[in-house]
Amino acid sequence: MSLSRQDVEHIAHLARLKVSDDELDEYVDKLSRIIDLVAQLSSVNTDGVTPMAHPLDIGQRLRPDEVTESDQRELYQENAPDVVHGLYRVPKVIE
Amino acid sequence: MPTARPTIAELAGQLAAGDTSSRELTEATLARIEAADADLNAFINVCAEAALAEADAADARRARGEAGPLTGVPFAHKDIFCTRGVTTTCGSHMLENFVPPYDATVVARLKDAGLVTVGKTNMDEFAMGSSNETSYFGAVRNPWDTACTPGGSSGGSAAAVAAGLVPAATGTDTGGSIRQPAALTGVTGLKPTYGRVSRFGMIAFASSLDQAGVLALTAEDAALVLQAMAGFDPHDSTSTDAPVADYAASLNNELKGKRIGVPGEFFDAGLDPACEQAVRGALAEFEQLGASVVDVSLPHLGLSVPTYYIVAPAEASSNLSRFDGLRFGHRAAGAETLEELYKKTRQEGFGAEVKRRIMTGTYVLSAGYYDAYYLKAQQTRQLIADDFRQAFETVDLIAGPTTPTPAFRLGEKTDDPVQMYLNDIYTIGVNLAGLPGISVPCGFADNLPVGLQLIGPHFGESVVLNFAHQYQQATDWHQQVPGDAP
Repeated sequence: MSLSRQDVEHIAHLARLKVSDDELDEYVDKLSRIIDLVAQLSSVNTDGVTPMAHPLDIGQRLRPDEVTESDQRELYQENAPDVVHGLYRVPKVIE
Repeated sequence: MPTARPTIAELAGQLAAGDTSSRELTEATLARIEAADADLNAFINVCAEAALAEADAADARRARGEAGPLTGVPFAHKDIFCTRGVTTTCGSHMLENFVPPYDATVVARLKDAGLVTVGKTNMDEFAMGSSNETSYFGAVRNPWDTACTPGGSSGGSAAAVAAGLVPAATGTDTGGSIRQPAALTGVTGLKPTYGRVSRFGMIAFASSLDQAGVLALTAEDAALVLQAMAGFDPHDSTSTDAPVADYAASLNNELKGKRIGVPGEFFDAGLDPACEQAVRGALAEFEQLGASVVDVSLPHLGLSVPTYYIVAPAEASSNLSRFDGLRFGHRAAGAETLEELYKKTRQEGFGAEVKRRIMTGTYVLSAGYYDAYYLKAQQTRQLIADDFRQAFETVDLIAGPTTPTPAFRLGEKTDDPVQMYLNDIYTIGVNLAGLPGISVPCGFADNLPVGLQLIGPHFGESVVLNFAHQYQQATDWHQQVPGDAP
């Protein structure tokens, strides 16, 4: 199965990745090879097989809904590229 | 290249006897890294000043009589583990300047045990690779032949241990990323059961597969480090509260009467004949030690690679959506809209293989394809896990090769991602089934090390460590040093 340039552009958009025109053909080629590899599974009979939910066949642990963390906004924002007055700055989203 | 590579057990003995100090060992370690790492590129970051401070603290702790078996021993962490105040890149431009505000649980536990962190080791970007060539910081070179890759993604840790720069280092294993580089560099690499070691602070790749472990010179050292790493962590809801065994206690158990299952599927046409010979030799050695070797079958093992390349990229595409250019990490300049900011940031911050995996994962999860790919893969994953479960009803351990070939040359497989993926054909099933596995050196092919893979049932770390230790008591493949003719 082969992906088209349009397929790859659509996937890149969904993944919020910019792909330049000169990169596009290489992605088409390599992603098509990967999809060919994984598409081998379509010929396997899996009728009645329960999809794995957890590698150890156990359920998800729950914890009491209690506050255990303190506010460390300033510490965490030290890694943010652009912060003003404790807020993350983004390009204008409202006209 | 060094001709002596002291183990953790040996260094601990010297420290306990007062023959050396942590400061002396740490200074020597830093000097070895300085001398050798220009050739190997095993480290992304060497933290000399912090390491010497930790060494002095370890010596003071020993003087107070409070030292444990690891206190004062130099060590390195794969650069996927968050280290408070020390840059943690995950091999990516995206995190080139990321300084975590907290320690990963693995880092915190090993720090409590007194290990001295001398640096952060190089790795494939976001642990996505089998040759270390996807690192933003350049490929690592194999100490046995610097034209070859050390494997990946924990290739920096493997090369650093193989070259005697540090006695042990952490790694992570999502599809073979501890065992494969261990095999290719002739060291011992342990991947524990899924959930045995906390993933908190370990930068996520594929959350249902990722597991932290250790690369070391011996199974005995791996047991010492695992003992300090393992256990329940309230910060990781997938870590297990199953009791942690005393791993050192069972190392010397006899193998007499134990049964080793050998799957025919591990000895397929893709296996290099010299690797097969080395692995068969190891199986004969186990028979000498009193174990019996029987055939088992894992009929769905051939589905491992396609199954993995649906499940892992799907989880990766979700995990890596957090890199948005806003909260931490790289941010593109000059974007006019929020969408453009996301897209440019991720275009610039991620390398080609990471982008391929994000797009593969996005595709298999996208509308209309979920049932055909992701759901199907979780079914075939169950079939693979069931094969292992059935095999363990009749055997104590499963054994085979870790990789189909010895180390390959840098650049040899970079043009075709599928060829690169097939290098993990014997290791991936273990991750899909959540099992513990270890790779130990068992011989040479073309003067390059060959790895023997030992796989245990869930929580069978004691079993694989026992078999590996008994094998290393009877053989000296793990003591062969790069630079000395094997």
